[in-house]
Amino acid sequence: MTSYTLDVYMPVIILMAFAIGLVLISVFVAQILRPFKPNALKEQAYECGEEPVGTAWSNFNVRFYVVSLIFIVFDVEGALMFPVASIYRKFVEIGEGAVLVGSLLVFISVLVVGIVYCWAKGDLDWVRSFQLSDEQINQLKGIEEKA
Amino acid sequence: MSPSVNEYVNQFEIHQKLVAMVSDFLGFDASGLMAFLVFAVTAFAIVNVMALIGGLGTYAERKISADIQLRQGPNRVGPYGILQFLADGVKMIMKETIYPAQADRALFNLAPVLALLGVFATLAVVPFSSGFTLANLNVGVFYLIGVGSLVGVAVFLGGYAANSKWSMLGGMRGASQIISYEVPVTITTLSIVLLAGGLSFGHFVENQGGFPHEWFIFHNPFTFIGFFVFFVGMLAETNRAPFDLPEAESELVSGYHTEYTGMRFGLFALAEYIEVFVLCGVAVAAFLGGYKVPFDLGNGVIFVEKLGLPAIIGKNIGQVLQLGSFVTKTLALYYVVIWVRWTFPRIRVDQVMTICWKYLTPIALFNLIGVVFWMYAFDNQSLWEILSHLGGGSHGGHH
Repeated sequence: MTSYTLDVYMPVIILMAFAIGLVLISVFVAQILRPFKPNALKEQAYECGEEPVGTAWSNFNVRFYVVSLIFIVFDVEGALMFPVASIYRKFVEIGEGAVLVGSLLVFISVLVVGIVYCWAKGDLDWVRSFQLSDEQINQLKGIEEKA
Repeated sequence: MSPSVNEYVNQFEIHQKLVAMVSDFLGFDASGLMAFLVFAVTAFAIVNVMALIGGLGTYAERKISADIQLRQGPNRVGPYGILQFLADGVKMIMKETIYPAQADRALFNLAPVLALLGVFATLAVVPFSSGFTLANLNVGVFYLIGVGSLVGVAVFLGGYAANSKWSMLGGMRGASQIISYEVPVTITTLSIVLLAGGLSFGHFVENQGGFPHEWFIFHNPFTFIGFFVFFVGMLAETNRAPFDLPEAESELVSGYHTEYTGMRFGLFALAEYIEVFVLCGVAVAAFLGGYKVPFDLGNGVIFVEKLGLPAIIGKNIGQVLQLGSFVTKTLALYYVVIWVRWTFPRIRVDQVMTICWKYLTPIALFNLIGVVFWMYAFDNQSLWEILSHLGGGSHGGHH
């Protein structure tokens, strides 16, 4: 029986409490048993024996950002489709499937258009080559010559 | 439909008597308290069994890889080395914890907790059997996808907080990979939601049968392809080889957990192995018939009718059979996951993205459209039902 009250989420809270408890207990036990003798050399970031230069928190490849943007579009679309999808079977059973085929296809077509657009723009290529037009190449050459 | 473990226990007289007794003793209605206790005990059992499965997972991984590579594998601790995971656990507890000087201490400590939190929370909806489910949430699979993505946050946070270049690269790769493969997995799950007519795992499993031809994987050609899309996406979401780029040891030392030592590293590993089990369970529930047993043995009616057993015992035997069916299929899939890891070489980071966005996502979308039209055109029948009708109905589908 699927219940519609919040009581059914009690096991979730219990399990999360167990997860936190497991972490606390294991870390606490480890705290008692393990040695703890920090020194500057140990605390260095591991870079295969080289002296670390600078911090790791620096600018990063922009591809990761583009991927997360595409993901957000697709995931929200997917989330919005779940309600329609969950009642489709009932509509088919009473012979009214055609009503929902249309709306499902609208949803899916948005996704298809999205992926086609990203593909055409080249956002799905990880290594992206930029094809410069002849005009741009000439411009760049002009800048070089001036310098 | 399948109730949660509390409703299952409630149907036994002895439990009802116990609730009445406790109510008398405490002077108020104790059914809520007893429900809490039932959940807590069951959750405790599940957590312990899962931790054991996580530990044995590491053992199985090493033993199977040894088998594949013609080696011995662990064989010193206990018979056939089966206690190796306990020895590893003790070793991890004894190891010194090192905090990198430049790390963000709070986030560094938080990341393993988040990983374990996300994985344990998904255990609530895993349908072990029709009675042995902690919570048959009406948003079932949607909840699982949502909570499961906490692991992705943990991977990224672990990589970010350590402030090491290897960790950062691993964390970034992990985050982008996990969120990318979320898309084909979600779309494939949608096609199963269409077939099941609901989001809960109760809907998923109850609409399948015990025999392979009644499973959703063989419902129509689109779900057959969908299973493999789901499986590949699952491998990538759990960072399993050939998609283990976040922890690629030959290029990133150890990826997002390079700077983690001792028990915190162990918690990451534990979370990963349990997550693989959970996702294998989801694949089994969605495509491979879940806990269903052939000939409807699972509801236990046949034991009562044919063998004359009491109804309660018949029911419990049915539950055990269902549990066996579910666990057997899940562990078989777990074996395949390990087998894949030791068979295929790791792929490049650009290939990971190409496979996800240019192959799996379009295929998943095609499958979704296919399932929509299949259900509309054939009135929700599976391929087997259609074929058996064509054959004159002489050996009609099993129901």
